[in-house]
Amino acid sequence: MMSHAAAHYTSTGLDSRKMAFWAFIGSECLLFGSLISTYLVYKGRSVVGPTTHEILNIPVTSVSTFDLLMSSLAMVLALSAVERGDKIWARGWLATTALLGLVFLGFQAYEFTTFVHEGLKLDTNLFGSTFFVLTGFHGGHVAIGVLWLLTLLVRSFMGKLGPDKALNVEIAGLYWHFVDVVWIVIFTVVYLLQ
Amino acid sequence: MGHLSPNPSIRQGDSVRRLLLPSRVVWWLLPAAVAVVGCSGPFPQSTLHPASDFGTAIDSLYRTIFWFAVGVFVIVEGLLIVILIRFRARPGGEAKHVHGSTVLEIAWTLAPAVVLVFIAVPTMQTIFDVGGAPPEDALEVEVVGHQWWWEFRYPQLGITTANELHVARGRPVALSMTSADVIHSFWVPKLGGKRDVNPGRNTRIVFTPDSADTYLGQCAEFCGESHANMRFRVVVDEPDVFDQWSRAQAVAPAPVESLGDLARQGAEAFARIRQPGNHSCVACHAIEGVSFGVLGPNLTHVAGRTTLAAGILPNTTEGLTRWLRNPPGEKPGSLMPDIDLSDQEIAALVAYLQGLE
Amino acid sequence: MTSIATPASSVARRSGIWSWITTTDHKRIGILYGVTALFFFLLGGLEALIIRLQLAAPGNTLVSAETYNQLFTMHGTTMVFLAIMPLSAAFFNYIIPLQIGARDVAFPRLNAFSYWVFLFGGLLLNSSFLIGAAPNGGWFGYANLTSSQYSPGLNIDFWVIGLQVLGAASIAASINFIVTIVNLRAPGMRLMRMPVFTWMTLVTQFIILTAFPVITIALVFLMFDRFFGTNFYSVAAGGDVLLWQHLFWLFGHPEVYILILPAMGIVSEVIPTFSRKPLFGYAVIVYSGILIGIIGWGVWSHHMFATGLGPIADSVFAATTMIIAIPTGVKIFNWLATMWGGQIRFTTAMLFAIGFIAMFTIGGLSGVMHSSPPADLQQTDTYFVVAHLHYVLFGGAILGLSAGAYYWWPKITGKLLDERLGKIHFWLMMVGMNLTFFPMHFIGLLGMPRRIYTYDTELGLDTLNLLSTIGALLLGVAMIVFLVNAWRTRTNGEPAGKDPWGGAGLEWAIASPPPVYNFSVMPEVVSRLPLWSTREMKPIPDVPPEPVHVPGGSFWPVVAALGILLLGIGALLQALPVVIGGGAVLFVSVYAWAFEPFEM
Repeated sequence: MMSHAAAHYTSTGLDSRKMAFWAFIGSECLLFGSLISTYLVYKGRSVVGPTTHEILNIPVTSVSTFDLLMSSLAMVLALSAVERGDKIWARGWLATTALLGLVFLGFQAYEFTTFVHEGLKLDTNLFGSTFFVLTGFHGGHVAIGVLWLLTLLVRSFMGKLGPDKALNVEIAGLYWHFVDVVWIVIFTVVYLLQ
Repeated sequence: MGHLSPNPSIRQGDSVRRLLLPSRVVWWLLPAAVAVVGCSGPFPQSTLHPASDFGTAIDSLYRTIFWFAVGVFVIVEGLLIVILIRFRARPGGEAKHVHGSTVLEIAWTLAPAVVLVFIAVPTMQTIFDVGGAPPEDALEVEVVGHQWWWEFRYPQLGITTANELHVARGRPVALSMTSADVIHSFWVPKLGGKRDVNPGRNTRIVFTPDSADTYLGQCAEFCGESHANMRFRVVVDEPDVFDQWSRAQAVAPAPVESLGDLARQGAEAFARIRQPGNHSCVACHAIEGVSFGVLGPNLTHVAGRTTLAAGILPNTTEGLTRWLRNPPGEKPGSLMPDIDLSDQEIAALVAYLQGLE
Repeated sequence: MTSIATPASSVARRSGIWSWITTTDHKRIGILYGVTALFFFLLGGLEALIIRLQLAAPGNTLVSAETYNQLFTMHGTTMVFLAIMPLSAAFFNYIIPLQIGARDVAFPRLNAFSYWVFLFGGLLLNSSFLIGAAPNGGWFGYANLTSSQYSPGLNIDFWVIGLQVLGAASIAASINFIVTIVNLRAPGMRLMRMPVFTWMTLVTQFIILTAFPVITIALVFLMFDRFFGTNFYSVAAGGDVLLWQHLFWLFGHPEVYILILPAMGIVSEVIPTFSRKPLFGYAVIVYSGILIGIIGWGVWSHHMFATGLGPIADSVFAATTMIIAIPTGVKIFNWLATMWGGQIRFTTAMLFAIGFIAMFTIGGLSGVMHSSPPADLQQTDTYFVVAHLHYVLFGGAILGLSAGAYYWWPKITGKLLDERLGKIHFWLMMVGMNLTFFPMHFIGLLGMPRRIYTYDTELGLDTLNLLSTIGALLLGVAMIVFLVNAWRTRTNGEPAGKDPWGGAGLEWAIASPPPVYNFSVMPEVVSRLPLWSTREMKPIPDVPPEPVHVPGGSFWPVVAALGILLLGIGALLQALPVVIGGGAVLFVSVYAWAFEPFEM
């Protein structure tokens, strides 16, 4: 009577994995919160070197921001496709999300190398340290997200991403949207509010 | 209803009472003994015998809080003891199954809150009292913390000295403090609370000493290997004695030519650059008219200080000799290296330094 | 006769070292935590003994300044991260599923992973002793002393990397226990029917979840400064050394509630059992715990009263610190009220719980003294604080955890610890503790700062320091008594049966030790005090009516933990190949873990 049902019984009706992921996102909020707060506290306090006004490229970064926003849309569509068992569109949208994520990383790589050429490195000044560590951590999260999406894509091609596995995609989507929201905050705080 | 375990190792009363009684004696003996031992003086770094307005303000606030704490202690621990005696398990006894009482909860939430108000109000008052701007006639001293010694500069008097701070009784002192390296903390318990000394920032203490004496101080923020060896003294003089001292500090040392033989040799040793390592005293120490080093204490009037090396050695021939012989041996990690001075050089340097009144 | 279904994975064995390495059973993981934490507790205690021996006399030369600085740094770091937290974790692991009527935690492999990462992190941190480069910047590692300029050498690197590894273990475990407690409660076990230990654990996990990321970032900044020359704590570049203190204490103050809440939870279980009365004011005790967790985020700068924050900041933090004393005090009164009108049995567990109340009260009162910034300017960074923190952490957390040990030992091992030896342990600990730490109130107020390897006899504190050292030696003896007790009980201990104490919780409804599946059927809970309630709970059969599936274990958690260890070692040695290797091991094990057939 009890054993197998017991294995899937929950007190709230919510899947434990989804709950766990929300908890993880909670801790990530504090992680990025500390990084962003430090950036804010050190804003305008660099003693030497290039500052925000001289080096940040708003137009280009706006494009990459738009790209990331679009990737979240693709993620929503991917989840929807998986839920209704539409293999073609599931793979298409998952691939699109991953691709848009890679494009974002490409923009970031371009930005980082440009800054280094223009004299802003990790150790140049306070701005260099806070900027690169904050956006670098974010980029690392995007990269992990891309790997995760590609894994799901492969699983789909292996025929192992049917509607019964939609939760896996939903959780990946949670992660992806979270990373996107963090970027909105970073873009606002670092690029827009100079 | 829960059932009493038949387990024989769960004994009641007896063995515990036998243990409880003698230890109850110990309970009162212990703090009494500690207090007796603790209260026999003298305690040159005591916070409980303040000698300044700053210290006194803190001490009276502390005593207020202390007595409230004693009151709470007596009530809580007393209740606990009463409970342990009165509600020991007895054969056939029944426990009342009470789950709570709103009235009690409110009572023992409000009561501590009220006590805390009585602590908070004088606290806030004192915070603003002791944190105020220094008065116009204050003696300004710039304090710079170094690993592991204290630099004191008097901008109004053009004096730079180290490890011994002189001030005048009854005159406000305004310390403006920073660090040359890591975080330290300036603490003279008898003259008041401590204040951290941070690189890249300025902190402040304002106090008026009310008694002429010499007070001991010590760094109170862990700052590396010889944190324990970063001590200093504050000498509170009568105003006229302080004036004498500050005038003497402004006097330049006697020219080298006028020194005796040994002292002159010492002056030469002081200026000599030694290899390997390019070591020389003049690279780190300043003596007016001789050198401008800033990495180590200013030695222009070193002979007038009572201690050496930030309060860890007496300023005597023996103390000076020990220090010069092996600074890292006396103060582990000392930035002043052991430069292998000969006994002759040491004797000469001692003679020279002892002439720098 | 029980029958256990063939486990899905092939690593199924119940004996031998491999079964322990691959275990995902919360009960085994709890035992692993307990034994490991006890070892580190003894190590930290040894460090303390050497410290006290050095301070027994002025101008002592037992250890050098450098060695002393390593000892007090490691004593603090070990006791906080490798002893108290994992000892609490031992109880979280073993007891929580039993108290909520679950078969295991929500993520058994993640649970194992947390343990292995903790073990490896602790070993990494302590391996620094082998090369004479143990961390020496204090357990609080203030910048800029910890910068590469003022701390060249590997000491601080060990600290920075070791703590980040340990942080990962804690965060993973916090996610696990939050989900377990929220989602795996047996039917009828509403939140307000949960045992207080479970409640306090839940609050603690939320604090861990939110506080550890902050110290992670603080450490990341320090690591980047030391390895890559960034400027987070660089004064020359315009940075603020106080940034470290704010980040550290934003973590550090919630951390002390992480250390004390579980012990408070234990006390809230032990006192009702041995007073034969339900806990007085259950709801208030729960809510005050939650309040402490929340307000605990608002007091951090009371550790910084001497840094010159300014009168307004000082006043605000003084106020919040005083406010948090209220929910704390309320608990004490509720415990007293629980005992009032009861039938108190002085078992060793109860003695420790009573000791907690007595000692924590003292620690709490000295804490209130610290809450006043001007008064604190004389107390902070002196032995007065050392007295305060040891009264709350030793007199509080350790005594509380000791109560838990004697209370739940029979459930875990099936045997009762000897009560006579237990009482000797208790009294030695009480006398030793007070003799060690009470004089420190005086030592501090009479002018001795903290963290100094020696002091001058002119301070007049020789005798008080000697007394304190004697107390420390007594504490050592107390621990030996406990170890003897634990050892002898293995063979000669009295069998415990299901419910040796007459407890109220679900854990006492099953065998001691529990079968691997805990509950033969899922209990249906009808009250907060299942075994005491007049509303009868359906009895739990001794054998399961049908086969129970038990997961067989997995080695990917320990392999993933090894990957993290390699990452840490690589970072320490600044050896990219090792970092890459560690990353690869972690990467592979995460995938293997995700796709291995493992069913709860």
